[in-house]
Amino acid sequence: MREIDVSRITEAVKRMCISSNYHLPADIRQAIGTALAREDGSIARGILEQLVENEKMASEREIPICQDTGMACVFLEVGQDVHFTGGNLYDAVHEGVRLGYTEGYLRKSVERDPVRRGNTGDNTPAMITTDIVPGDRLKITVAPKGFGSENMGALKMLKPSAGLEGIKDFILETVEQAGPNPCPPIVVGVGIGGNFDHVALLAKKALLRPVTTRHPDPFYAALEEELLDRINALGIGPQGFGGRTTALGVNIETLPTHIAGMPCAVNISCHVTRHETEVI
Amino acid sequence: MEHVIQLPMTKETASKLRAGDQVLLSGVIYSARDAAHERMAEQIEKGIPLPFDLMDAVIYYMGPSPAKPGQVIGSAGPTTAGRMDRWAPQMIALGARGMIGKGKRSREVAEAIREHQGVYLGAIGGAGALLSQHIIKSELIAYEDLGPEAIRKLTVKDFPAVVIIDCEGNDLYVIGRKNYLEQRK
Repeated sequence: MREIDVSRITEAVKRMCISSNYHLPADIRQAIGTALAREDGSIARGILEQLVENEKMASEREIPICQDTGMACVFLEVGQDVHFTGGNLYDAVHEGVRLGYTEGYLRKSVERDPVRRGNTGDNTPAMITTDIVPGDRLKITVAPKGFGSENMGALKMLKPSAGLEGIKDFILETVEQAGPNPCPPIVVGVGIGGNFDHVALLAKKALLRPVTTRHPDPFYAALEEELLDRINALGIGPQGFGGRTTALGVNIETLPTHIAGMPCAVNISCHVTRHETEVI
Repeated sequence: MEHVIQLPMTKETASKLRAGDQVLLSGVIYSARDAAHERMAEQIEKGIPLPFDLMDAVIYYMGPSPAKPGQVIGSAGPTTAGRMDRWAPQMIALGARGMIGKGKRSREVAEAIREHQGVYLGAIGGAGALLSQHIIKSELIAYEDLGPEAIRKLTVKDFPAVVIIDCEGNDLYVIGRKNYLEQRK
């Protein structure tokens, strides 16, 4: 049994909330660079160049890349041999978000109640996902998620008879319908399998994987590449003004599913797809 | 085509703009997004004067991040305009000439733009750091309790935007994509 004082978690979450909002992760920077080299639309090239300039300015001056500094999505992989001391685990995470968003001059974008509204004033609560894994470590990933792109996601309970074509069509339709709204170039997180609730989480988790990597299963790696090519043939382009670069990557995650179903969820993210990880 | 525009946005200026044109705006614009629009609509219904004069005004759909010490404003890029479609036709009918945002608009909004010679402009979504450099003054003028959604009077200098929907009903999202796909053939 290894003891971890929860104050270390607060500190790590706070640091990553700030850092991830100022500095674009390496995989997205690399993907935008690659896209710029391949882009054949003239307006599109200009937009991509400005995105690079924006990201550099944010990093140098330590200001948010985008004013929507997101809901703080926090993923915890907790080793089963860890014992937390000094307070409650989730309280420590929320406190990290509160401190990070306040001290980092990040926008407070969370409403207390979904219907009656009312800003909580400190961007809490965090959206926390916990997995218990073997070992005695804690892996924390902070992924602030903006809602311009979040609003364009979709979930469909496809039936097995829809087949692989049904999955492809649903993903392409979702991206097509989103058009310029999610701030393309986008990252497309796809979940396939599981059930209603788990498939949505798979799609979100798919966005945590660097866009420069492919699924370890060659079947899904090929599907990721095919979908990326087909999305980038739609012509939507950066900001929706026309161009090749509609998406920077398509990441797929899967789970076994029921004999009667083939759930599919698409979680769209913008060109400011932020994620940072620390292991304690 | 590129236009250097001194605000307010008159009918004469707006009517010359065409989808795809680049504009550089200087002068005063007002930030307002979802919650501020809802409140303004309530005030209009009750006959209470609005926090700013809508005539020839440009509304920026934007909620900034907080300014660091020494800064005018934090990051300040556009939010998705479609969420304001419910209120936009009324705002346009009452004189608001321009809107700055990103993303698709409804047919009703495009129709109101045509009828009243207005314009829908797009700023680069997600380029909030870059765009904030063109805001030289920011003053919170209403609904402070709404936090990032409060109404701010912003003075901008050479604020870059592109015409998305013009008063003839042209839409850059349709034209730009079509042009690109044709060029690619």
